[in-house]
Amino acid sequence: MRPCQSMALLEVSGYLSHSGFGKQHVGSRQTQLVGPTNHYIFGTKSQEFAVPVGNDPSAFLKSCSHEDGISIDMNHGTTTLAFKFRHGVIVAVDSRASSGSYIASKEANKVIEINPYLLGTMSGSAADCQYWERLLAKECRLYKLRNKQRISVSAASKLLSNMMLGYKGMGLSMGSMICGWDKKGPGLYYVDDNGTRLSGRMFSTGCGNSYAYGVVDSGYYEEMTVEEAYELGRRGIAHATHRDAYSGGVVNLYHMKEDGWIKVCKEDVSELIHHYRKGMF
Amino acid sequence: MSYDRAITVFSPDAHLFQVDYAQEAVQKSSAVGARERFHGALYDHCRLTADARVLINRARVECQSHRLTVDDPITVEYITCYVSSLKQHYTQSNGRRPFGISTLIVGFDDDGTPNLYQTDPSGTYHAWKVGRSAKAVRELLEKSYREEDMESDALVLKLAVRALLEVGAKNIELATRERWSHEGAFAASTSLHAHPTFASAIRFWNQRR
Repeated sequence: MRPCQSMALLEVSGYLSHSGFGKQHVGSRQTQLVGPTNHYIFGTKSQEFAVPVGNDPSAFLKSCSHEDGISIDMNHGTTTLAFKFRHGVIVAVDSRASSGSYIASKEANKVIEINPYLLGTMSGSAADCQYWERLLAKECRLYKLRNKQRISVSAASKLLSNMMLGYKGMGLSMGSMICGWDKKGPGLYYVDDNGTRLSGRMFSTGCGNSYAYGVVDSGYYEEMTVEEAYELGRRGIAHATHRDAYSGGVVNLYHMKEDGWIKVCKEDVSELIHHYRKGMF
Repeated sequence: MSYDRAITVFSPDAHLFQVDYAQEAVQKSSAVGARERFHGALYDHCRLTADARVLINRARVECQSHRLTVDDPITVEYITCYVSSLKQHYTQSNGRRPFGISTLIVGFDDDGTPNLYQTDPSGTYHAWKVGRSAKAVRELLEKSYREEDMESDALVLKLAVRALLEVGAKNIELATRERWSHEGAFAASTSLHAHPTFASAIRFWNQRR
């Protein structure tokens, strides 16, 4: 068989593009954006980062933990919450970025505005969240350009969880909620670095989440008005920041409506707590 | 020097002869190809049924792969775009020949919109609307179309057949597509359900071109 024919046969049968060592090639081929048929592949066929041969990221990370060796503290610690109610989805996040016991920023932005109908929250490692959610925003935009319709919340969250699954076990840390309004109505999905993807009515992530759950669970009821829902979101974050050392700063509150999201408010948590204290004692 | 030995060579007047020959193969077909279904779309092809099998298989895999990766069912336009990208790929690679297939892809999107697309061996695709290529058919339909008739299956079919007979069709083939029921069963019967304009996918065949 002539060389060009045998190459063609290999390519058709998928032999060339699926190399089982895709993750381990040093200086591998350019990131494939299109498959052999020129059709796009949602970023699944090859990884964003090539990992050098012989390198094991999860073992490396273990050596950086507190127990043995040098300790590298990743940016962790936050409280975010989101819940669906009759008039849409409320998203509330704090704004403290901590690295160990050092507060790196008191006004970090933990909500990424993917498009006027999609929001993503960030908790866990700030670098991981920012990078992967921006990548998700890129994929959502490409989806809209290619298919002439906006991506659904379900599809967007699935793309993010596929990205996470590609690097499972390698030490990514990300807990995110993808919120939006699409043809099927309001959507809320929780996606994390293990590849978990859950649809639900209410989620809270970050190390302050238990405090937030307590507040929102006790105050939630289906027939809430919009103002009551805003207040519930604010309270959830404010009380969580009061008790959790790694959360603080301001509450950034968004409301996802049928015609898109609006940013409701940005309020300092210490002022909120002083306001609530009058009722507390 | 002949410009039709290899697919990847343009002729001086900008033809890809192999693609043109593939389209000839489609024209010459006089038999109806088998009807296949994959994931909600009905797929009708003609001429080289072996080529069709390969294409259908790839399309099926792509439908499921999309479902797995994106968690949403495909739209008819997406799979048409995929099939035509695949065909185009084969007009621009060495060692291969184009698919000798034209396809009609018909189905309902997830939100209920009916769609009909046609692809050809060069890899282009277009959306069909009733009367796209037959002015006479359209005029007749406009004259005789009555909204209340569209409720009855038999009357819709009758109108469609009348329209085709009007333009002198010798062989007519009618296929109908019903929206998926909750059990996911595909009814290949003639009972019609949906939007009147797309109530049937009409394939118009001539015995001889």
